Amino acid sequence: MKFLATIGLEVHVQLLTRTKMFCACKTDYGAGENTQVCPVCLGYPGALPVINEEAVRLTVLTGLMLGSKINRFSKFDRKNYFYPDMPKNYQISQYDCPFCVGGAVEITCGEKVKKVSLTRIHLEEDVGKNMHIGELSSVDFNRAGHPLMEVVTEPDMASPEEAFAFLLALKQILNYGLVSRCNLEEGNVRCDINCSIRPEGRERLGVKTEIKNLNTFKGVFQALNYEIARQTEVLNSGGMITQETRRWDSERGVTESMRSKEEAHDYRYFPDPDLLPVLLSREQIQLWEKDIPELPRQRCARLARQYAIPEYDAKVLSADKDLADFFEKAAGLSVNPKAVSNFVMTEMLRLLAEKEMEIKDAQITPQSLAELVKLADEGKINSNSAKQIFAALFEKGGAPGRLMEAMGLVQVSDAGEIEDFVRKAMESNPKSVSDYRAGKEAALKYLVGQVMRLSRGKANPQMARELLKQKLG
Amino acid sequence: MAEVSALLRERKCSSLELVQELIAVIRKNDSQIGAFVSLDEEYALAQARRADELRRKGTELPLLGVPLAVKDLINVQGQTCTCASRILSGYVAPYDATVIARLRREGAVFLGRTNMDEFAMGASTENSAYKITRNPWNRDYVPGGSSGGSAAAVAADETIAALGSDTGGSVRQPASFCGCVGLKPSYGRVSRYGLTAFASSLDQIGPMTKCVRDAAILLKTIAGHDERDSTSAKITVPDYESGLRTDLKGLKIGLPKEYFIDGMDAEVEKCVRAAVAECERLGAAIVDVNLPMTPHAVAVYYIIACAEASANLARFDGVRYGCRAKNADDPYEMYCRTRAEGFGAEVKRRIILGTYVLSSGYYDAYYLRAQKVRTLIRRDFERVFAEECDVLLAPVAPAPAYKIGEKIEDPLQMYLGDIFTIPANLAGICALSVPCGFTAQNLPVGLQILGPAFREDVLLRAGYAYEQAAQWHLRRPDVKK
Repeated sequence: MKFLATIGLEVHVQLLTRTKMFCACKTDYGAGENTQVCPVCLGYPGALPVINEEAVRLTVLTGLMLGSKINRFSKFDRKNYFYPDMPKNYQISQYDCPFCVGGAVEITCGEKVKKVSLTRIHLEEDVGKNMHIGELSSVDFNRAGHPLMEVVTEPDMASPEEAFAFLLALKQILNYGLVSRCNLEEGNVRCDINCSIRPEGRERLGVKTEIKNLNTFKGVFQALNYEIARQTEVLNSGGMITQETRRWDSERGVTESMRSKEEAHDYRYFPDPDLLPVLLSREQIQLWEKDIPELPRQRCARLARQYAIPEYDAKVLSADKDLADFFEKAAGLSVNPKAVSNFVMTEMLRLLAEKEMEIKDAQITPQSLAELVKLADEGKINSNSAKQIFAALFEKGGAPGRLMEAMGLVQVSDAGEIEDFVRKAMESNPKSVSDYRAGKEAALKYLVGQVMRLSRGKANPQMARELLKQKLG
Repeated sequence: MAEVSALLRERKCSSLELVQELIAVIRKNDSQIGAFVSLDEEYALAQARRADELRRKGTELPLLGVPLAVKDLINVQGQTCTCASRILSGYVAPYDATVIARLRREGAVFLGRTNMDEFAMGASTENSAYKITRNPWNRDYVPGGSSGGSAAAVAADETIAALGSDTGGSVRQPASFCGCVGLKPSYGRVSRYGLTAFASSLDQIGPMTKCVRDAAILLKTIAGHDERDSTSAKITVPDYESGLRTDLKGLKIGLPKEYFIDGMDAEVEKCVRAAVAECERLGAAIVDVNLPMTPHAVAVYYIIACAEASANLARFDGVRYGCRAKNADDPYEMYCRTRAEGFGAEVKRRIILGTYVLSSGYYDAYYLRAQKVRTLIRRDFERVFAEECDVLLAPVAPAPAYKIGEKIEDPLQMYLGDIFTIPANLAGICALSVPCGFTAQNLPVGLQILGPAFREDVLLRAGYAYEQAAQWHLRRPDVKK
């Protein structure tokens, strides 16, 4: 039997604030254990929370970017349960009055474009991190109290590919709004999955399972693939799906049961009496609306239009805000945006991926890229040399013109000089010469290559080609 | 306190001498009274020396060198803060509560920690994990609670003044039982930062003093907005002391019918009625008023207070501080055993009650309903203060202090003793307890003055005028007896 999958996601996003959700502790990643803590985030007796307004702004901004309705009356609730990494044994979260309700994220999956609807976006505090060292267990509370935004989707996705596309699209938008770094290595984005399957043609949804705490997008994709296959197998062999919480074991590539719904928590939500409700004025929301940045899709369209570059280029560039920013700066300084785009899309992306770097860590500046393109356009360097200079700029920075000279890459466009190379190439490759004269076009290409080799890449390939053609008659 | 400040200012005595004198009194009497759970003599003497040093250098601060006692649930950096619970035995506070920081800034000296009912749950100070506090007027009797240690220390002259906390009457009722002045400020008037929470929406820190003027001085120091407590109000703090007056001309006093009920102790009623007459003589106009929602207050209180407490006390789990049960196999067992061993019976009773009223399926019937009735109770007060009177006069408790052990086996009876104090906490208004006479057995009786939110100035003015006319506050217990 053919089954259809139904997938919903709860995405937890660490917000890009300098300080924690309810105290003035820093949110820097990678600090020594328990060095960014205070009585408030450790839940010490008598300590009280105070709302971080920047976290509220970022959450509301996210809602505005995604077309949610913003609740002007909102409040924080206590979610009660015991866990060693949770200082107060209740988490301050939002229950029935989240900041944002509804909204959607547009995704592209293959050729298909679709909207994934959102249920809500709310704000809460993160918990600490348990660490197990041999027999010993300890807790690092640096993360406890970090502002955490939770984006809850409707069960609108039908495949692991769509879930993956959703996460990418969401990440792009959050990056654009400077809402979160969305750095997966630093645990900035974590995800819970709800997944069920049902036979094709049936309306009613199947029994769902929840897979907790995925921290990579690839993990979400793989866990869903596994889970859908597992559920399909259970149903095909006449079994039943139990509603339960499962865990993704990335080492073994399987999901496994954590606890069944019968032992589910009663969180006993109630309004946190230490915090007053949050009342947002219309003026405040309008003010924040002004912060809505141009979103990836809009930027894609604009890049294609403004710089006359292909749709494909615009899409790749706009997918990453930093990349697009870099491109626009360089393209603005250049008369040849397409050439700039080519460099960014090929050389830049390749080097970033090879060296596992972020664009801000590369030494090349938009100005130097624009100059490099100019050198190439003016015929002072050929494309090979340009790539070499680009790599050097990427690594160490500097001025392209000076690098070109220092690296000895100035293109030889002096006809006399090139004639020497042409002569040498013809002398040492008589077979190719006769082949060409016998009508083999390909031999010309080989001879041009020889000229380039003899000139150590500096000869102007167009001129070499023209001269060869003349000589070969 | 005013006299002590004058003595210190005029260099007739030093803070060191004063603290040494008090320590001597505490050494002599406190084995009988049990007002303090811990006394860090070195710490107190060092602060006194520092205060004297500052004065020698010419520093003048309102409370410079004045010794105060602090209820054991308000955090003082470097001192133990056990909340009279085993679960926090030996716990040393890593920071100052905002009220402590403000008193410190004015030069106050912190003598020691006063006994209380565990986590402020109780009305007799019999629920402390460490000791029973006795009423200085008669050691067979309870001092009231939960700030019983602070009240007893003030009454027995073991301190100049003290801080207590009032969630459902915990400042006013012991003040009434021990014959001192106790003020519960309006909710939001005083920062709760550093006050170990019992019920966050009801708790307020309040001064416990020998006279109304002292309460005015202390309130002025500790009141005002604190950015660390978002429930603290951004409302200007008046100079309460300079607002005090000795007459009540033009003041309209309401007598709430629901506070003079059948079953109320006859001697208490007599004292309170006499006080009302005294106030009339001082120029106040007396009117009868109704607060019809009053009978529901106790039920509403025990739902809301327990619900909040069940969450507030969840942090005591043995993971980060306080006591931890030994040899548990997993975290769950560790929590269960730590909390089973660490909390006393009354605390457990309230956590269980609070957990129950918040649980799914019962939330609407209990917690949500209680919140709605709470709103109605608040509206009762808003209406009478808007339309009928400036303040209300009422008894603090239906009866004077009772014997130790008399009610401890009957929590419900004990809960009903809070009937006259609880509504002020639910409504967030301010209320003051002032001595207004003695029973035939020489036990103090307190008069309660209730005022609109943030009108402590009116309350203190009325309390002061009455106190100065009646002079009950000058009687001292014979602690040797």
